[in-house]
Amino acid sequence: MSFGDFFKRKSSGETAKDRLKLVLVSDRSACSPEIMERIKNDIIEVLSKYVEIDSEGLDIKITQSEGEGPEDKSGPALFANIPIRNIRQRN
Amino acid sequence: MGEVIVITSGKGGVGKTTTTANIGTGLAKLGKKVVLVDTDIGLRNLDVVLGLENRIVYNVVDVVEGNCKLKQALIKDKRYEGLCLLPAAQTRDKSAVTPEQMAEVAKELKEEFDYVIMDSPAGIEQGFKNAIAGADRGIIVTTPEVSAVRDADRIIGLLEANEMQDVRLVVNRLRTDMVERGDMMSAEDVVEVLGIKLIGVVPDDEQIVVATNNGEPLAGDESLAGQAYINICHRIMGEEVPYLDLRKKKGFFAKLFGKN
Repeated sequence: MSFGDFFKRKSSGETAKDRLKLVLVSDRSACSPEIMERIKNDIIEVLSKYVEIDSEGLDIKITQSEGEGPEDKSGPALFANIPIRNIRQRN
Repeated sequence: MGEVIVITSGKGGVGKTTTTANIGTGLAKLGKKVVLVDTDIGLRNLDVVLGLENRIVYNVVDVVEGNCKLKQALIKDKRYEGLCLLPAAQTRDKSAVTPEQMAEVAKELKEEFDYVIMDSPAGIEQGFKNAIAGADRGIIVTTPEVSAVRDADRIIGLLEANEMQDVRLVVNRLRTDMVERGDMMSAEDVVEVLGIKLIGVVPDDEQIVVATNNGEPLAGDESLAGQAYINICHRIMGEEVPYLDLRKKKGFFAKLFGKN
């Protein structure tokens, strides 16, 4: 580790803890990759009624929310990144 | 009527058998009647860790198949009054015993002993299911590594699904020097991630290798690990014991030159 790294890099212990927290959220959620794929396809189907979305670029995952809710509790949250190709109104 | 405690981890190689041997020895030293049950059929090891490998005649499979009486299969440890081992079979596999049969053995044992301690194999398959079948409470062993903690979390989920109320955690092989420089998760970090209560922290101690080489568990001796184990035994018995300062004592010259 160089001197500069000392200031910007997290310790490996912290990295381990952060990675664990993330992996446990998806382990505990019992959302298998198949179910995630089905959720993804359903999202595409619903949204496609209104906008044209880039289904290739769509990414969903279950992670820990940052606790911005009213009770400020962090819990599992579904994050979706859905690129829109064309937002123009149809017809 | 005694209690059945399962010692399990999910991941292999984190120290389940060593922990079982030391908790058994420690509880016996504290005057309790204890039987250790090796449920790792086909890969038995608790006998060698305890130094009792030359005294096995019958094993747990013989008991469930009716080849011998339960009492005949128990090996009395002559060094510690009150400590017995029920060994696993080495030439059979996990399917030789069902969870119901193992629960029945545990039930019978807890009429005789204060503590029946089931040493679980790694994994979540049949051997694990056998080990937890008759257990009243559980002790999860983990090391402060992502793989071991992840597996421990899975095991905690499975024990909860089995309606086990009392599940506690042993953080094994902690290296305080690495924790201090931020290169290892602390016991507190592991507890925070897993969300269960601690029952002990055992330092990474060379004396454990020596003890296993000799087949003599070190619970209760003057080593740091030996002290950590005996404290776990007190906590199992429901006593409040403060946690040890696991930092290695630095000698005068090491202090002078800042070495560990």
